[in-house]
Amino acid sequence: MGTGDIFGMPTAHIMASAMGGIRTAGDLVAWMQMSRRMKINEAKAYVAEKLGIDVIDLTNEEVMRQVREDLDIGIITSVAGSAKGIAAKWNIAELLDIQINSVNLFKEKLRL
Amino acid sequence: MEKNIYTRMGDGERVAMSPEEIREDLLAGTNDAADRANIPVLTPDDLEHLFDIFAEPSKVVSVRPGEEVIVTDDAVATLFYLDQENCGQGLPLSRVQSILAYERACCADTLSTGHVDYTFKQVKPIVNFEKQEYYNTSLMTTAPFFYGSQPNMGSYFRPDGPYPNPADLFPVGKIREALDAQEEAAAQLTRDLVYVSKQMYEVGCEGINFDTAASAGDADFFATLTAVSELKKKTRHMAIEVGMSSEFVMGMHGEMTFDGKLLAGMYPHQQVKVVEAAGADIFGPAINVSVGESTPWNLARAVTFVKECVAVANIPVHPNVGMGVCGVPMFEVPPIDAVTRTSKALVLIGKADGL
Repeated sequence: MGTGDIFGMPTAHIMASAMGGIRTAGDLVAWMQMSRRMKINEAKAYVAEKLGIDVIDLTNEEVMRQVREDLDIGIITSVAGSAKGIAAKWNIAELLDIQINSVNLFKEKLRL
Repeated sequence: MEKNIYTRMGDGERVAMSPEEIREDLLAGTNDAADRANIPVLTPDDLEHLFDIFAEPSKVVSVRPGEEVIVTDDAVATLFYLDQENCGQGLPLSRVQSILAYERACCADTLSTGHVDYTFKQVKPIVNFEKQEYYNTSLMTTAPFFYGSQPNMGSYFRPDGPYPNPADLFPVGKIREALDAQEEAAAQLTRDLVYVSKQMYEVGCEGINFDTAASAGDADFFATLTAVSELKKKTRHMAIEVGMSSEFVMGMHGEMTFDGKLLAGMYPHQQVKVVEAAGADIFGPAINVSVGESTPWNLARAVTFVKECVAVANIPVHPNVGMGVCGVPMFEVPPIDAVTRTSKALVLIGKADGL
């Protein structure tokens, strides 16, 4: 991205063009770019298929809030007892059928 | 001609321009990029689309639902607590608090962290501290989490580093010595990039960002590409992003090659191919901004470079969009009207996979 004050640069780009991170499905699509070098449309299609939703709904808060809670992959509002952090990433790795290095290390520590 | 469209100069100054002046600058900007890199100019439809983005009277513009892309960054969360020199806000927050705020309040698609000096050479002696920070934070983050730093080969030359400075050697005619110094520095830089990255991989690092690559020229770029190539053999589950320092690889050495291609003089559509060949997963082109030209000129130029880069790329392309790059004015508080127009244009016309 680059630099500039936090509101004027990154937040402005996020509002104008980004997917919305764990608020919607931005993190999931990003994992596919990182792990399989997928271009944006391919990554979106892959994630939408795994979630069983239309591509247009990947950034639809009204759909994704419930999808994320149902799949226990981390939600933007804090709910005690729901998967967060490494637990959410574990579920994401299984959902997307990808390897996440931090999750692999965590599993190793659990001796599973 | 009524000057009824508000826009910005490359230094952020607000100016009013007529529609004709905007169109002239868009055309001049795309022609400049095309001439320099020998790439196609934007199509008439592209230019009209770009004009519409500037003519839109709203302060903030955006893509439509379904057109969004991914944002990756270079330790942007540190802006919460850094100072004015880094465009930071100076909040009394820790690194982990800043990163979690960036994930859960700003809703970024990916996150990253890095040492405040943001240079691999400076990270090497304190890598254990960085590992602790990364490891602790990665247990709490859900979005993909990068560790970033700059190759910054300039820091390997005297007086900051151990190698003779080419800037001292070239002027006195010591050409061979200047080339040798760069080759030796590049070899050490590669070792440091690999060492730090492997250390981070051992604590579960999900992605490494070689940010501002080639800042010291073609030898700096060569060292980065070589490190990527080596890391990809041993760190399979860690993504690698390579972000550039400028639109053009300076030939400070002049003879460095990678994958059979001369690195000096490469523009983004050529840079991405060697980055791909090295094995990187995401590429971030950086297009320079001229502070004396308008944002329409600068953005048309940036979109021209990015569009060709994306067209030839087989990996995701995330153009750098901080202050002073890819059309964003060179000002530490980037005007939101210019930032969002840059964002929209690079995604919709440049076809970027992310920012």
